[in-house]
Amino acid sequence: MKSFRYLEGVSTLRLDKEACIGCGMCINVCPHRVFEIVSKKAEIIDKEVCMECGACAMNCPVNALNVTPGVGCASYILQTWIKKDKAACGCGGHACC
Amino acid sequence: MTDETITTVGTRLSFRDYFGAFRMRVGAEREKYRVAPGIYKVGAPSLSSPVFVSANYKMSFDFLRRGLSGINAWILVLNTRGVNVWCAAGKKTFSTNEIVRMVKESELENFVSHRELILPQLSAPGVSAHEVMKKSGFKVRFGPIRAEDIKRFMANGKKADAEMRTVTFNIWERFILTPRELTSRITTSFYIISAIFIISSAGNETLVRGLFGTTAYFIGLFAGTIVTPLLLPWLPGRSFALKGAVTGIILGSLFCFLFGGHGNMATAAMLIFAMSVSSYTAITFTGATPFTSPTGVEKEMRRAIPLQIAAVVLSCGLWIGNSFIGGGL
Repeated sequence: MKSFRYLEGVSTLRLDKEACIGCGMCINVCPHRVFEIVSKKAEIIDKEVCMECGACAMNCPVNALNVTPGVGCASYILQTWIKKDKAACGCGGHACC
Repeated sequence: MTDETITTVGTRLSFRDYFGAFRMRVGAEREKYRVAPGIYKVGAPSLSSPVFVSANYKMSFDFLRRGLSGINAWILVLNTRGVNVWCAAGKKTFSTNEIVRMVKESELENFVSHRELILPQLSAPGVSAHEVMKKSGFKVRFGPIRAEDIKRFMANGKKADAEMRTVTFNIWERFILTPRELTSRITTSFYIISAIFIISSAGNETLVRGLFGTTAYFIGLFAGTIVTPLLLPWLPGRSFALKGAVTGIILGSLFCFLFGGHGNMATAAMLIFAMSVSSYTAITFTGATPFTSPTGVEKEMRRAIPLQIAAVVLSCGLWIGNSFIGGGL
């Protein structure tokens, strides 16, 4: 989905290349083609399309990836501002999104 | 649980299934749209048949079984409290622990001789493949994002290619999300319209002025919840607040042009109000998109929301001022 890009320079994604074992799990789980394997190690080739879903960090077996995961949803963020930690999904219903 | 007690599900969706999906799109009784967690059969699965894991949101389950036509398989439905795969993964109800729990509770190891689970790729934010392996002995293989790609995935040696792994957000995918954007705002809209009539009661012609203000609100709502999502890639900038402001101004101007004859202050008040409503509702559409990051949305909100509030205050000021000065409306 290269045609959709959001704000630049915000993603909290970080890769520790020293720790990376080049297993490719990050590539398997990333929905935006952020990574590629370059000479047997993962490389962030397009950080700006990262939506911080957290799938890569969750599935990195050696914790080489770090990201502050979350949901990019304004209604939810607004709730966290107002209610602090009591925020639920912002869609109003019980089964939202 | 024995093999005979397991429900076999079809791979063709009925009118009722599609009607149920339609009801979800417009937001009717969403909390009841669930499937019981557990094991299901598709076709005539054997000990070696693949196991697909899904959420217990009925639309997720329906799309999976439709994608499994012609395949003999097992479906393991988790308890995600009726929430779809990606949102449930984000909330950590579609999680490592839930998979481990359901694998044990369903006694899956009695139904298959292999030790492999195929998960929808979008569950990955909630599931750690290596942890599932460690805790349940089952290897996790991430499948394609879309269930319709399952056949190609299986033919490709259970490997998802780059296309199957990449989310899309085409005009149809955006369009089907828009009714829910509107219906989720019925209650809020009632309060806002009441407020418009209260503010419009300063001066004469409360009804006409109230209806004019309500029109401005609906123009903004339509621009932000329907037009902005549809035109998303073609609207200027990256910011949803800006994209929404643009559609609000354009639709508002169009209305003023077609049904002109209002005073300058009334026109300005209307345009600013429609712009604010559209900008705000557009920013909340970030929650429905598959590409906005939380850091980005928060950054945008910190800039946009104070401006939106200021714009609403300004438009109310102009509106009330207009009723005393007179002129047009």
